[in-house]
Amino acid sequence: MSSQEQVVHRDALRGGQMWSRMVRRGQLLKLTDVEGGATVAALFYNARQPLERYNMADTLKAQHTAYLTTGHVLYSDMGRILMSVVDDSAGWHDTFTGHMDRKSSETKYGAGGSYQKLRNDFLHDTRSNFLIELGKHGLGKRDIVPNVNFFVKVTASEQGDLTFEPGSQPGRHVTLRAEMDVLVVLSNTPHAMDPRADYAPRPLEVTVLPGTPQTPVPKDDPCRARCEQNERGFQLTEDYNR
Amino acid sequence: MSTALTESTLELGSATYRKVVDSGCGYSHLIPKGSVVRIVDREGNQAVDTLFYNAADPSDRYSATDTIAAQNNLYLTTGTRLISSEGHTLLTIVADTCGRHDTLGGACAAESNQVRYAIEKRFMHSCRDSFLLELAEHQPHMNKRDITCNINFFMNVPVTTEGGLRFADGISGAGRYVELRAEMDVLMVISNCPQLNNPCNAYNPTPIEVVVFGEAGTAHSHAHSHAGEAQ
Repeated sequence: MSSQEQVVHRDALRGGQMWSRMVRRGQLLKLTDVEGGATVAALFYNARQPLERYNMADTLKAQHTAYLTTGHVLYSDMGRILMSVVDDSAGWHDTFTGHMDRKSSETKYGAGGSYQKLRNDFLHDTRSNFLIELGKHGLGKRDIVPNVNFFVKVTASEQGDLTFEPGSQPGRHVTLRAEMDVLVVLSNTPHAMDPRADYAPRPLEVTVLPGTPQTPVPKDDPCRARCEQNERGFQLTEDYNR
Repeated sequence: MSTALTESTLELGSATYRKVVDSGCGYSHLIPKGSVVRIVDREGNQAVDTLFYNAADPSDRYSATDTIAAQNNLYLTTGTRLISSEGHTLLTIVADTCGRHDTLGGACAAESNQVRYAIEKRFMHSCRDSFLLELAEHQPHMNKRDITCNINFFMNVPVTTEGGLRFADGISGAGRYVELRAEMDVLMVISNCPQLNNPCNAYNPTPIEVVVFGEAGTAHSHAHSHAGEAQ
């Protein structure tokens, strides 16, 4: 990222850390896998009414895809678009393999990762991070839905058997444009299928960039023009934003 | 994972409860631990959208992603353990004469129908309407916050090796069934899908049957009529 780039907010997350913030309509959220091999779990809510939230199934079936990249949008469960993927140098982001909780994380990495022993390097698990960050916004277990796993590529065979593909490269990034005011929750923690045996989540750069909401989003916007479903999704979102 | 078909060892005559559920109806059933529930696709290629909850704590509910991760496979069939958001096994699929069930496709809703088919589809009946009506009857009351993941029994939503996803023609047929053993007391909430826009059911939603073996538990239904009462 160039130093001249105007920035609303920037954070550097070490492995294990969590983050949440309202990204305003029109602003851009840029996630950068600084060293390569990052796995970042993410949840998205309508900041005005968090009962409306990211919906994995509606996102996949509207766009006939099993993963996310440039041109895809993230649908809420109310037929509206929360975020659009406007730029992506990683190429594939998973959304059907979920996240680990404390028990599965301890099974994978051992129970020796306590705060008493490791202080702030203790081994955070994704679900605990989600619950902490959601709790700050009055949200909880009932608000956790299938999440997006940025920089994670999992493919399926014809029989449905899954393969975790090698991680992304240093400097790869994905940029999402908020189509309404969106509460974004991130957990920079290991993915369940990551074959690396050590607990070593990689650094993540989180940047919120300024942007002016476009009304309407142009018809030839790559996300809007991707399919007739997305055209209707943008119409419904614009009606809501009016 | 094998997709071989597995027939039940249970005789229909030993059932303790039977109920036909028409398409477009919501239905819920508290299934005691150890009981077996069979869902029958009576006429073929009907989608049965189903939610499961830990009856003792409904914030602990069926999780599609945990279920997929636990078996490292996208599709549900005999041997699949249905995993909850707290990592518990809610039920296990013990018999399946269809061979593959979906858990990526979610449930139809008025709003997602508008995106998928046309803005004017808003007022068509949908699975989420049936779910919301059923959930509103439970104590403590539940609502959209409690609709996270569902299974689509008898539905075929294949993912390609390149990452595409499509709604394929059904692989089910008249009389095919799936059978699940409850590993704890579970609340099962069904929407017998009313979708009229999708060719996967030949645009013709049809009745299903719920059959319970063992302790029968208690059922509730927002049926539009009672023509389909237990025989």
